[in-house]
Amino acid sequence: MPDIVFRSRGLKRFYLMGEVTIQALRGVDLELYQGELVVMLGASGSGKSTLLNILGGLDSPSQGSLVYFPASRRPAASLPATEPRELDLAAASQRELTRFRRHHVGFVFQFYNLISSLTARENVAIVTEISRNPLPPEEALALVGLEHRLDHFPSQLSGGEQQRVAIARAVAKQPDVLLCDEPTGALDFQTGIRVLEVLERINRDTGTSVAIITHNEVIGDMADRVIRLRDGRVDQLLVNAARRSPQALRW
Amino acid sequence: MRTLDRKLYRDLWRLKGQALAIAMVIASGVMTLILSVTTLEALSGARDRFYASHHFAELFVEVKRAPLGKLAQLQRLEGVNLIEPRVRATVRLAVPGYGDPVRGQLLSLPDGRQPLLNQLHLLAGSLPEAGRDDQVVVSDAFAEAHGLAPGDPLEAIINVRRTRLTLAGVALSPEFLFQAAPSDLMPDYRRYAVLWMNERALSRAYGMEGAFNSLTLTLQAGAREADVIAALDLALAHYGALGAQPRHDQQSHRFIEEELNQQRITAVVLPAIFLSVSAFLLNVVMGRLIQTQREQLAVLKAFGYRNSELARHFGLLAASIVLLGWALGVALGAWAASGVAGVYRDYFRFPEMRFGVPPWALALSLLATLGAALSGTWHAVWRAVGRPPAEAMRPPAPHRFRHHWLERLVPALLLGNEGRIVLRNLARQPLKAGFSVLGIALSAGLLMIGAYQLAAVDQMIDQQYREVLQMDVELTFNEPAPAGAAGELRHQPGVLAVETWRRVPVTLIHEHRRYRTSLLGMEPTPGLRRVLDSNGRPQQLPESGVMLTRHLAKLLDARVGDELEVAILEGRRERRTLPLAALVDEPLGVGAYLRRDTLNALLREGPSISGAWLLTDASRTDELHAALWEMPAVAAIGLLSQAERGIRDYMDETLLMVAAIFVGIASSIAFGVAYNNARIAFTERARELATLQVLGYTRAEVARILLGETALLTLAAIPLGWAIGIVFIRLLQGAFSNDLYRMPLVFTPQIFGFAAAGVIVASLLVGALIFRRLGRLDKLRVLKAVE
Repeated sequence: MPDIVFRSRGLKRFYLMGEVTIQALRGVDLELYQGELVVMLGASGSGKSTLLNILGGLDSPSQGSLVYFPASRRPAASLPATEPRELDLAAASQRELTRFRRHHVGFVFQFYNLISSLTARENVAIVTEISRNPLPPEEALALVGLEHRLDHFPSQLSGGEQQRVAIARAVAKQPDVLLCDEPTGALDFQTGIRVLEVLERINRDTGTSVAIITHNEVIGDMADRVIRLRDGRVDQLLVNAARRSPQALRW
Repeated sequence: MRTLDRKLYRDLWRLKGQALAIAMVIASGVMTLILSVTTLEALSGARDRFYASHHFAELFVEVKRAPLGKLAQLQRLEGVNLIEPRVRATVRLAVPGYGDPVRGQLLSLPDGRQPLLNQLHLLAGSLPEAGRDDQVVVSDAFAEAHGLAPGDPLEAIINVRRTRLTLAGVALSPEFLFQAAPSDLMPDYRRYAVLWMNERALSRAYGMEGAFNSLTLTLQAGAREADVIAALDLALAHYGALGAQPRHDQQSHRFIEEELNQQRITAVVLPAIFLSVSAFLLNVVMGRLIQTQREQLAVLKAFGYRNSELARHFGLLAASIVLLGWALGVALGAWAASGVAGVYRDYFRFPEMRFGVPPWALALSLLATLGAALSGTWHAVWRAVGRPPAEAMRPPAPHRFRHHWLERLVPALLLGNEGRIVLRNLARQPLKAGFSVLGIALSAGLLMIGAYQLAAVDQMIDQQYREVLQMDVELTFNEPAPAGAAGELRHQPGVLAVETWRRVPVTLIHEHRRYRTSLLGMEPTPGLRRVLDSNGRPQQLPESGVMLTRHLAKLLDARVGDELEVAILEGRRERRTLPLAALVDEPLGVGAYLRRDTLNALLREGPSISGAWLLTDASRTDELHAALWEMPAVAAIGLLSQAERGIRDYMDETLLMVAAIFVGIASSIAFGVAYNNARIAFTERARELATLQVLGYTRAEVARILLGETALLTLAAIPLGWAIGIVFIRLLQGAFSNDLYRMPLVFTPQIFGFAAAGVIVASLLVGALIFRRLGRLDKLRVLKAVE
């Protein structure tokens, strides 16, 4: 059994949206493992984005626990004294969450969320500058096949290119986990496949755990495990015998 | 360069329109302070340096005649440092090629050298050579008015003897920085001169050999002025002394001091109003600007940027805009100050003037604007980072809209869909709408200040020259004449009415307060120089006693019924008393009025007059003037239209020029506020507006929603702006009160109209800019992208 990266127990999240309370998560128990590629499937409103946000320290659960175990592939001795062996994200302070996001998680958002006033290289640099052990931005962009678009601004890039910049930005800090919120949601089929290939390769080559949320069932085929969410709960857990290459996917 | 800093520069560039508009608001506030303070420092610095370098005396004593031998005793008085006697004579001059008679005063200089005190600053030529009787130095304003240069001839009547003079030099004197004839309000450089000549020559011509009639002194360090005055008065009592005068009572010093005091007050009141308004607006605008960056802030936070790093980043964004605005304000303020001070320099005749922005003003303005911007930024950043980033990145939840009671006030059909959206938008965030309204209202209030100054000056001068002064010509005689002499005037061509008057220079004393002015004796019910009550109705002069301008009574701390001591500075030079019988409200000058017979009795003389006022037929003006010049008894012919022009020019060039600058500043604030309000509303609504356009709304229809909101806010702001303006004006009006003029509290429709028009024009301008921007809005991108 590989090492556990996240373990959640009874994770709940309520929101006050306008004048109604939304129960986004109604008690989620799950584990994510070191080096695996997980796809979380669910319809809109199933709570998958909320779960991903909480995993990434962007949001805090209303109830329950979520423990993060720092990467075991790093020797324990090199950890700074302030770095806890385990971090309960449910109980973490804002400061701890910030440090967690800064050093351990890479995000890929559905709408890329690039900073429009910065070039591709700078969009990556803005993250590597605050990381401990980053890749050079150029190298990270080469990983996603954008080495020739370094000095383009987001408005000069296609949607797929923008999303690859966002992926380069997320992997450049060499995170323990890569969290991807509908990374293909705003892209056409061809481009989407391209982006998934990049994610798959990074998972394979670097051993970074990757969690992808999507409502696209087909993408589940490229995962080690598929977690199906419904109504804020884990509905089904499926282990694929073999991962399919993204090129083989069709939708 | 760190990438975050690079983002800062790019963001600044992207926000340049808004950043400039904000910088404009900052610059406006800063400019007011820098302008006022720099002008003030330049003027008072120039005056102080001139006083110090040319040894301006601290006490002035006028006597009838005292022997020079008395000086040794005076020198020994405790507290006296330097003491210098001189001879002062009143003269009439004739300038070759200039028809009007010119009045002047002639002062003696120690033979061939500078005096110890009140030294001359020679601009051309030299001092009279020792032993020369004919050489004179003249005041530069007079020389300039007549184009006189050293070597030019002049003719003077000194002590009824005609004397030929030669101009040796042109000079400035610390004693005559402001050169108005003793009874005049404003200087008339063509008709009034100050001259200096050798003491021996003047003493001989004026019958003052071995004697003096004027003394100037300085005090020893630590000496008490009042004690020295008392000692001097006692020592000189037998020589017709009328009391030693401190600088405070000296005409030139007094006028400059009044003007500087005026500036000192406005340098506090106006910048305080402008700077605090712009600081407030800055705080609000900066907060809202940061709010539009909410999503970017959330993304950075998602990557693990610390709150402190984000606060620094956005703090720097705000600080850069502030620095830009501040630098602009300092530069504009210093530039405007050099213009304004240059104008005052013309009036006050300083030999040199130095400009420097006082460091404390730089620091204060920077601190005020930076503080306001950072607190607004801090507040907004804090609110943004306080929330989990996931929440901040999500498109905002539908706001809590409600049917608003306001909707029910307007029939549904009239309101329409767009109207409903506008109304609900405003009602949803009453605080934000309130701030926008307050911002526009404040700028309207600032606009009212400028409009008020224009209206008040106009009304002030109108009242003086339309209501109070009804004559066309004021004749002054060489010396008091029998009252019957006026009869001859009635037969001059074009003369419609004649009224005579008697004027005598006096020092009014009440308790320890004193003021040098003149008493004007008139007909019991003067028709050509009316005395108005507070409702503007002509009044009768009291049977006995004197009537004072309310401002003068306040200066003397005297109430109706109090006895005033009157030191008469003419003839027998006696001290008498007069009761204060009534007050008169006049906007200009500090007059003291009484019946002519009362004044004649006070002077122990028969019915005599010093001049006459004429009402004339405008078509026969030239004929009349020619006739009047032929009359030897006439010393001066004052044309009221000329005097009015003189004071209007002075007001236009000084006060109103500054007012115009302030109107410009207020307008840029109004525009800056309106532009930022609209731009931020535009950014906040971009998604909604794009949706409507995608749904098939035309650009004009969408613009109606956005601009309808701006229009509604502007309209709501106007009445509030008027109320704020009234408060500002009341603050200001109290400050504009000095010996020269008192600004009336006037609220004309023009003032209100000007302010309303100002903000409406600003809003329309902004509307046009926004409409253009709406055309460039990329609907699909706005809808897709989070930001």
